[in-house]
Amino acid sequence: MENILSLLIWLPILGAIAVLFIPRDKENIIRYTSAAFTGVQFIVAIILWRKFEPENGSMQFMERLEWIPSLNISYILGVDGLSLPMVMLTAMLFFIGVFVSWNIDKAVKGYFALYLLLNAGVIGVFLSLDFFLFYIFWEIMLLPMYFLIGIWGGPQREYAAIKFFLYTLFGSVLMLIGILGLYFTCGKTFDILLIMERAPEALDGALWWGMSASKVIWVLLFIGFAIKVPVFPFHTWLPLVHVEAPTAISVLLAGILLKLGVYGIIRINYGIMPGEVWWFAGGLAFLGLVNVIWGGLCALAQTDLKKLVAYSSINHMGYSLLGMAAVVAAGAMNGGDLKAAQAGLSGAVFQMFNHGTISAMLFILVGVVYERAHHRKIDGFGGLASQMPIYTGVTALAFFAGLGLPGFSGFVSEAMCFIGAFPVFKTIVVLSTIGILLNAAYFLWAFQRIFFGELNVKYKDMAEINGLELFTVIPLAIITIFFGVYPRPYLDLIRATMDQIIEKIAFVANFASM
Amino acid sequence: MTNLQSLEFFIPEIILVITVIASLITDLFLKKSKTDLIGWVLGIGLIVVALATINLSHVAPTTLFLDMIVIDPFSSFIKIIIIISTLLVIIASWNNNELSSYRKGEYFTLMGIMVLGLFLMASSIDIIMLYLSIEVVSIMSFILAGYLKLDTRSNEAALKYVIYGAFSSGLMLYGLSIVYGLTGSTNYFVIQASVVALDSSANPALVMGLLMILAGFGYKISAVPFHFWTPDVYEGSPITITAYLSVAPKAAGFAMIIRFFHQVFSDSYGLSASSIGSTDMPWPEIIGVLAVATMTLGNLVAIQQESIKRMLAYSSIAHAGYMMLALPVISIDAIEAIMVYLFVYLFMNLGAFFIVITVKNKTGGETFEDYKGLGWKMPFVGSAMTLFMLSLTGLPPTAGFVGKFYIFKTLIGAGNDYYWLVLAGGINSVISLYYYFHVVKVMFLDGKRSDKIEQPPAPMFGLLLMSAIPSLVLGLYWNPLISWVKESLIFYTQTL
Repeated sequence: MENILSLLIWLPILGAIAVLFIPRDKENIIRYTSAAFTGVQFIVAIILWRKFEPENGSMQFMERLEWIPSLNISYILGVDGLSLPMVMLTAMLFFIGVFVSWNIDKAVKGYFALYLLLNAGVIGVFLSLDFFLFYIFWEIMLLPMYFLIGIWGGPQREYAAIKFFLYTLFGSVLMLIGILGLYFTCGKTFDILLIMERAPEALDGALWWGMSASKVIWVLLFIGFAIKVPVFPFHTWLPLVHVEAPTAISVLLAGILLKLGVYGIIRINYGIMPGEVWWFAGGLAFLGLVNVIWGGLCALAQTDLKKLVAYSSINHMGYSLLGMAAVVAAGAMNGGDLKAAQAGLSGAVFQMFNHGTISAMLFILVGVVYERAHHRKIDGFGGLASQMPIYTGVTALAFFAGLGLPGFSGFVSEAMCFIGAFPVFKTIVVLSTIGILLNAAYFLWAFQRIFFGELNVKYKDMAEINGLELFTVIPLAIITIFFGVYPRPYLDLIRATMDQIIEKIAFVANFASM
Repeated sequence: MTNLQSLEFFIPEIILVITVIASLITDLFLKKSKTDLIGWVLGIGLIVVALATINLSHVAPTTLFLDMIVIDPFSSFIKIIIIISTLLVIIASWNNNELSSYRKGEYFTLMGIMVLGLFLMASSIDIIMLYLSIEVVSIMSFILAGYLKLDTRSNEAALKYVIYGAFSSGLMLYGLSIVYGLTGSTNYFVIQASVVALDSSANPALVMGLLMILAGFGYKISAVPFHFWTPDVYEGSPITITAYLSVAPKAAGFAMIIRFFHQVFSDSYGLSASSIGSTDMPWPEIIGVLAVATMTLGNLVAIQQESIKRMLAYSSIAHAGYMMLALPVISIDAIEAIMVYLFVYLFMNLGAFFIVITVKNKTGGETFEDYKGLGWKMPFVGSAMTLFMLSLTGLPPTAGFVGKFYIFKTLIGAGNDYYWLVLAGGINSVISLYYYFHVVKVMFLDGKRSDKIEQPPAPMFGLLLMSAIPSLVLGLYWNPLISWVKESLIFYTQTL
């Protein structure tokens, strides 16, 4: 198990190659192969988790290989408390996603080959500690996404696919400029850990276009990540893409791909330029507020159930941003409230995970009803509760988890974000509680319109949710309830890493204020 | 070195000349249907030339023929690029149905002569030699562009090419004569020394001369605003010639520009003020603006094209722009970046044109309509085209990304003055994604799964593999390439 991280990345790539060698008519063999590869990956991820030492906040299981020595590009992998839960979530959702995609019958071979390639890209981003490698994995995700949306998506799939591609590529180009800037200022290296060490000193006083280099680089990287999150005003691609993407891809998009943005901001922006966090935290909190309110209002206005869930993602990621901004509470000028900073940052990271499970659940459930009715109009149903009691029950659970009801994991992380942000950003926190209200309103209203009232005669023969579908939802529901009641294991897992990040940021500020 | 002594180092070119003569003579004895054989003659000759070039590439840099041309690892690098692209194009020409009703003897012979001209372009260090080599290449290109003599578009291409070519080489010659008048020499190194010594009264003449030379160079690499010939010539010529023109002369053209500007006007940290006299002209900015204009125009017009061949023509203008981004810096790093770019561009661009040939042989068309559902009917061709499009866009993990990466890296490394060029280059890459992926969209997203899967004919299959494999592998592991480039630049001739 020396190279366990490489194994996680290369398993799906091997899987993709294996799928390419299976004749295209043997569709079931292709499905089972994909399930096997993602299943093994999930098991490897569990082994990794069991071997991980939570009290150690630094990188573990590091791997390092020379790649292009003349540019100091290496193949460096590592995992810490920030990336481990994301790796677990990725492995789990990709495994579940295979079963969500089970009924896809158009070009099965191509679908699963691309699916596994996407898997490798996502895991690679979470594990790579070399900027060049990070960037390559970041971009590798784009091509499979383009095809998965463009070939297997809904009616407007072509437009959605290219919009997604252009939007993210634009962000990536800015990111590449930022990465190159860091490369040159930090002594020509792409090693993220080395850059973290050198950057504060190297960037100090450096100018780009007459502005502080660290601020420019911060903004360049931030835009790259913000498009993925998505942060208002870079969110316009998301609803369209979500609506057009096939169910499994929506699940992965909301469940993991959006998290890459938050992960990137915490790992790269916070890790490399902790000093700039102070400058940007207010803006981040404000953007969080806008995301919460704007996402909530838009969700309220939707007639399409999938679009509603898509906007709810924007709304939920807002809480995460708010929690991230809360780290500034740790600084001396804000009272040195370490507890608040911990609550905020851990809340943000926890929210990332919780939204991953909850939105995955929501998208799977939307997919279930879409497969039967072939539309997703919220007003087009009515009274499904009597026809599909089990489905209604599961959906109720998912909706309640989504609206942040106590007892579900979403509540814990949202509350942590608020608690963390409150000491510093009082007004913003108070205003964003409106978001919770909106949150409850759109979920409950939608629930009422779909499940209560008189049964729509068109759907009197609608089949109940089947075993395969339940199999994809139940594990997620269990996780949601478990962490809602007992979040401790998760928080213990990430604490040491979070403390390290906060310490670094607080140190910079206290150093400056002295 | 005297003429007689030089011959020893001129072996590759001598072999090439013998090959060309052999092709001409062999052609006399062949029936029309057998003229493919000349391709073999030329191909085998070129392989021998390549071996001779590699053999000479470790010789210490030497000037030949009384300082007319130079032989150094840099010129060997460019020569190898030219040979690879010529060999690939020869194979493609055998399989290009457009040419099947013509004799191919002259066609291959002309290509051989053009290779000679390109070799000289890459290695000349004297403005007379420079001009002569450009003319050799141009005249061969005119004829080859009009090779489909029964096709009016091909005739139009040749005529346009001649007019533009004559005009710009006239301009350039005028510029060169002014520089000669100011400095009293045709040799780059002597010119360099004299230009530094010029006083400011010579400025207007120097500026005029330089602008005119720039026009000539710009024409050769199809930079805006000297690009007008490109789309029509590229569209009308036989596809194989279009592919060839978009790669080999561009490589030689960049080699020529690098030599001229780097040796005459730079202090190896950028175009230096002192070397361009006291002209007070912002030369780096002028070239920067031209580069940005070139790629932006290339990209914006490419979006609107209906024909894939024409789209590739505009895209090749855009690629000239990306390479030009590194010219204002023109340090060793910048030259390295351009060399890497030229090498990867060779494979991805030729590959895209080979797909056009494959499809045209099959459907007879080259518009987007002809590519509908291609990815489902011919998955190999579709996937290869997707790879080339990815690579031309510059997305990792393809070779095109590595090329762009080196260009951007050079610019960021060169400091504050050049960041705007990176930004412009980056935004242009995003724009280019739109039209490159339009092809992918048509191939895969429009159209249905077909029951029958077809493969291209074996030679095309091989040719596509030969360009697809480097396009992918160089994006994942380019250590050998970069060490070769670096080695080529160690002995780059900077002084006499």
